[in-house]
Amino acid sequence: MDVKLRVWRQNGPTNDGAFKEYAARGISPEASFLEMLDIVNEELTAAGEEPIAFDHDCREGICGTCGLMINGQPHGPQQGTATCQLHMRKFSDGATIVIEPWRAAAFPVVKDLVVDRSAFDRIIEAGGYISVATGSAPDANLIPVPKDAAEASMDAAACIGCGACVASCPNSAAQLFTAAKMAHLNLLPQGQPERFLRAIAMVDVMEEYFGSCTNHGECETACPKGISIDYIAHMNRDYLRGQLANSRLAGQRG
Amino acid sequence: MAITLDSKVPAGDIADRWSNHRFSIKLVNPANKRKYKVIVVGTGLAGASAAATLAELGYEVEAFTYHDSPRRAHSIAAQGGINAAKNYMNDGDSIRRLFYDTVKGGDYRSREANVYRLAEVSNEIIDQATAQGVPFARDYGGLLDNRSFGGAQVSRTFYARGQTGQQLLLGAYQALARQIGAGKVKMHVRTEMLDVVVHEGRAAGIVTRDLKTGEVKSHSAHAVVLATGGYANVYYLSTMAMACNATAIWRAHLKGALFANPCFTQIHPTCIPASDEFQSKLTLMSESLRNDGRIWVPESSEDGRPANQIPESERDYYLERAYPAFGNLVPRDVASRAAMRMIDAERGVGSLKNGVYLDFADAISRLGRETIEARYGNLFEMYERITDENPYEVPMRIYPAPHYTMGGLWVDYNLMTTIPGLYSIGEANFSDHGANRLGASALMQGLADGYFVLPYTIGDYLADYLNVPPVPTDDPAFITAEQEVSDHTHRLLATRGTRSVDWFHRELGKIMIEHCGMARSRPGLEKALSEIPALRAEFHADVRVLGDASGLNQALENAGRVADFFELAQLMCQDALDREESAGGHFRLEHQTPEGEARRDDIGFSHVSAWEWRGPGAPELKHREPLAFDYVELAQRSYK
Repeated sequence: MDVKLRVWRQNGPTNDGAFKEYAARGISPEASFLEMLDIVNEELTAAGEEPIAFDHDCREGICGTCGLMINGQPHGPQQGTATCQLHMRKFSDGATIVIEPWRAAAFPVVKDLVVDRSAFDRIIEAGGYISVATGSAPDANLIPVPKDAAEASMDAAACIGCGACVASCPNSAAQLFTAAKMAHLNLLPQGQPERFLRAIAMVDVMEEYFGSCTNHGECETACPKGISIDYIAHMNRDYLRGQLANSRLAGQRG
Repeated sequence: MAITLDSKVPAGDIADRWSNHRFSIKLVNPANKRKYKVIVVGTGLAGASAAATLAELGYEVEAFTYHDSPRRAHSIAAQGGINAAKNYMNDGDSIRRLFYDTVKGGDYRSREANVYRLAEVSNEIIDQATAQGVPFARDYGGLLDNRSFGGAQVSRTFYARGQTGQQLLLGAYQALARQIGAGKVKMHVRTEMLDVVVHEGRAAGIVTRDLKTGEVKSHSAHAVVLATGGYANVYYLSTMAMACNATAIWRAHLKGALFANPCFTQIHPTCIPASDEFQSKLTLMSESLRNDGRIWVPESSEDGRPANQIPESERDYYLERAYPAFGNLVPRDVASRAAMRMIDAERGVGSLKNGVYLDFADAISRLGRETIEARYGNLFEMYERITDENPYEVPMRIYPAPHYTMGGLWVDYNLMTTIPGLYSIGEANFSDHGANRLGASALMQGLADGYFVLPYTIGDYLADYLNVPPVPTDDPAFITAEQEVSDHTHRLLATRGTRSVDWFHRELGKIMIEHCGMARSRPGLEKALSEIPALRAEFHADVRVLGDASGLNQALENAGRVADFFELAQLMCQDALDREESAGGHFRLEHQTPEGEARRDDIGFSHVSAWEWRGPGAPELKHREPLAFDYVELAQRSYK
């Protein structure tokens, strides 16, 4: 199949960028979207034009490195799919495909389609962990975790940190990412001692970098792992309770 | 300089060795730890867990990754699980049994004491990960669930759906993030290590290239830890992530670290077959699928019917037939070679006839679709997304792909390479898996090294250097190394040839998979040994890397990695040719039983082959570390 690409090219963070058009010809419908870009890059290299820079690594939808805005949709038209697992059979022959980097003030462009998402790491460093030094853990079966709670935690923990939620949001908010990372820990008994401190610390850093949530819900649709915006409600609740709770009474029930 | 391989394995009963060793090695006083700087390269399971733990102990740590975040290392893609000898299932497991299974599974080519220690600390890993919030699967009572996995006859594998590697890595990453936030680890992202600096015979630091700005820079420390993973991307098509490479360990090798058992590579049996020639990588599916899926091909190579129209009597469930005791659960090397034989006999399935069936029809009718969905739902989804076929309705097609490398830098019991002060952990070293790694053991080894072994053993070396400052980065050793890195980079850019880096990588991969893949022979390896240098020379004369070195240049990064793969490929073939036996993942056609099984030579090759670099073009020099088996009796593996 043949497709026409309109690709954002930008040489560096301080350079101006612009769309450039390329033709991708004779692409197999079995090829993945990124393999199509590989082929285009081979042709660009042969023609003496610098290849298109784009982030990618595992190519099996789990590392979260890839992320392209494809026809205005983060990761493209197929729901629940990271860019690397999107295949060309989802496009029609002759189509024009517009490819842009994630657009968000907190994700500055590094080059072409590559952006800097290190603001996500700042949120985790603020409190997205359980403080347990190596060696100090009790036996793993000492604390039973209700199966449903473990499953809900796992649903949140499936986040791959790709940034599609931010890219899809009209406010460039990172609520879904932060909420998922927080809920993963706050839903488990192991996460309780730091639960409210964590909520406040992560939200405060999130707000330094990202916009506010106004309940558009675009993030849930864009998320390649289908993470629910219910977790945002959970985060808001923990944040609010954290502001009110007396941490010296946290050892008490209720 | 004569090299002596001292494995430093402690004496005494195997069950006491690790605790005796911890008692006898030197310690660094808690108040003095902050006076030491340690560099950790790589932030996968081994690197992140080591960096976090070293910082918790009080060392000053600098960590490096070429990714944009330490959370993205390829450990994240491990699906199936992590082994531990907890015996929670009460099915007779023990440290002794995990040790035994791992030595046997490795086809008796690993170091007993290391494997025993691995089995010993496996339980602590599960405790640690659970406390970190890793959401392992649980039963309805809220306790941890286990499954049997890849060739084990007990259920000892802990898992988090099909995303165990992801969840364990996030646990280690979060522990690392805590230390970064606390200012105890200085994290360098998008920074690639391009050389190790050795000063007066000891590791003094590294030289890196900032991938965003192109800046080449030196970093010095009291010790350097390489946790940079395996080298299966030498095959081009593998289940590795695109950027996985051997540069860090190869550069260490060129500086004097011996490289052990490079020919021990693992081909994983349950990958999705390639669909066309442009395919950039192969996708693995957890071999837990083999717990319920049945592997078969049509009896006749002429059979062109769709799977569901082939009657039972005309199907060959070849693993169940040849290995009645283990059936579809034979170890990876056995399953892979059996699939290869079927494809070679033209009994493959799919339009390219490059796969075998993995069929869930029986399991679905026995257990119901819901159960299968609960067990493997995400894998089935992944398969459908890639192939556009629904595995609930038609059997999956699978084929083996390069997946893991057991070989790596030679390390002693302390995980130190032959360069004092240079350590290697996780897949980057050679130590624990022998000639074949068992399923769910890679996560175990990466975390064992990072959380529970290296943080103790490194103190034994550091203790001697109290109040000795690291070598300053303006020392000639650093200046020379920086210059070499810059020159190498500029040579790649200046070539301006006609072919892309990927073209060369693909060609190298074809040579390697054909001659140094699942089956190897003397004529094939000799052919490869003549083809690789020619291709390498062509690469250096004709590679085309556009752009410049002053900013992000992905083709340039890739060119440096592929350049190193050429030299490593050469050594892999040399080692494979030298090892005149079949063991685990190394299968020499000349050395097989009449039934086509691997035949070891325990008299000639019960040793680790550790290779010494002697300059470009010169064959490497082999050193031997003899392997003694005092606790596991050598036997021909049998899974019949």
